[in-house]
Amino acid sequence: MKYVLLFVGTMEDQKQFESQSTEEMQKAMGGAMNWFESYTRAGKVVGGEQLKGPETVTTVRFKDGKPMVTDGPFIESKEIIGGFAVVDVKDLDEALDMAKAWPAGPVEVWPAVER
Amino acid sequence: MAGRGTIRGLSETRTATEAALAAVFREEAARLTAAMVRMVGNFDIAEEVVQDSLLAALETWPVQGIPDKPGAWLMTTARRRAIDLLRRDQRYADKVALLERSTMPVEPAEADDRLRLIFTCCHPALAQEAQVALTLRAVAGFTTQEIAAAFLVSEPTMAQRIVRAKRKIVEANIPYRVPQGAELIPRVDAVLAVLYLMFNEGYLSRGSSAAMRRDLAEDALWLAAMLAALLPEQAELLGLVALMRLQLARSQARFDSRGEIVLLPDQDRSLWDRGAIAEATTTLQGAAALGSPGPYQLQAAIAAVHAQARSWGETDWSQIIALYDALLRLADSPVVRLNRAVALSHVRGPEVALGEVNDLAIELGGYHLFHATRAELLDEIGEKALAREARLRALELCQNPAERTLLQRKLDA
Repeated sequence: MKYVLLFVGTMEDQKQFESQSTEEMQKAMGGAMNWFESYTRAGKVVGGEQLKGPETVTTVRFKDGKPMVTDGPFIESKEIIGGFAVVDVKDLDEALDMAKAWPAGPVEVWPAVER
Repeated sequence: MAGRGTIRGLSETRTATEAALAAVFREEAARLTAAMVRMVGNFDIAEEVVQDSLLAALETWPVQGIPDKPGAWLMTTARRRAIDLLRRDQRYADKVALLERSTMPVEPAEADDRLRLIFTCCHPALAQEAQVALTLRAVAGFTTQEIAAAFLVSEPTMAQRIVRAKRKIVEANIPYRVPQGAELIPRVDAVLAVLYLMFNEGYLSRGSSAAMRRDLAEDALWLAAMLAALLPEQAELLGLVALMRLQLARSQARFDSRGEIVLLPDQDRSLWDRGAIAEATTTLQGAAALGSPGPYQLQAAIAAVHAQARSWGETDWSQIIALYDALLRLADSPVVRLNRAVALSHVRGPEVALGEVNDLAIELGGYHLFHATRAELLDEIGEKALAREARLRALELCQNPAERTLLQRKLDA
């Protein structure tokens, strides 16, 4: 079954992350890369991306059927999605184990609709 | 059975048939649900048809009597219901064939089957209140109505809570399995938390006017003992069994003839169930022998020291303080500190204890027992006016009817 792991955090987490030394930042990034690489090799991660900051986000919504383009994310501005991974695993426990192994903050685990 | 008939008013409302039904349900429910999950492969549907069969039994048995083989009766009813439900859905054609073919004697469920069921109901991905409700329904055979009454919420609210949890199990694919290796201990802890919450809900609400067919505290002990038989190497589980049994052993003495609480110092200790105390003590020794101490074992040890004292005056307070200190080292909490302070008052006097209690004012300001404890200590040092003030505050914060009566009685004295 597929799950989408959303790597979430607050703006404050983000600021804290950015205020680290280059060395610390690289170490943290390295942890996340290792996570992706090892689970991809194991065939558990089938997709995923790191996302740019919320200041780069644009939302398209519809008003009276007409698309409206606005600056910024749709979700509460205090929270951000730093990235996501699509994983294909046996059950929720396996997805939760992967989330527990994520080295960089909270993870939301969303089950995907099966087709 | 120990503890039954504790509350005079309550036991009278429970007829013999109802007690017999409850005993059958809790004996059969886990086995039935586990067997149905195995056959149907869908937790939600399996649990639903078991509940339906329990409701059918509640309608028929009081009139026709409990059948000779109640488990087989329930299984047949659940199976028919499952066939009805699944027949409409093509995806379940194989399952229906299986259900129809099977004469399905109630096979004694394998130990692992019941364990899987409990761990699924107490999965941390479910809200704790839903874990409690699901465990009561699927493992102990409570009806939704009974669970709603026990937790003082409306039946539709409770039904919705259960439906949501079961849907999440299916939709998020929460596995039906016994956790292995390093996951086992934290998952057992989650189950223990559910059982202890269930126990306290039942234990503290005794003596209130709500007449219940089932006794949550006894069912929680039953579940914990069943689990301990399946997981005999879990020290904290044994500790919890001992703790519950020790508390229930005092049941007969906890309420007077009017249903009002009698506190430990005033209890008639000849009413304590010595057999249960001895059994709990043996269980606790077994837990200690496993060499992995924890908060439940320590709380049970404290209860055991009380149980062994022949009178309030003979209580070994320094032993109790030592146990509280050990408990604080493992799990520091203001409530434990409050209880330790009460023990301390018997060794070093009310003034020293009051000092310790007052230090907890910020953390426990909203907790009625903080104010009730202060009131007792203030009384002891002769500060009657302050004691009264504290007791009034406790009364304002207290929800439990039996405890409220006690506070009011002291205010009137």
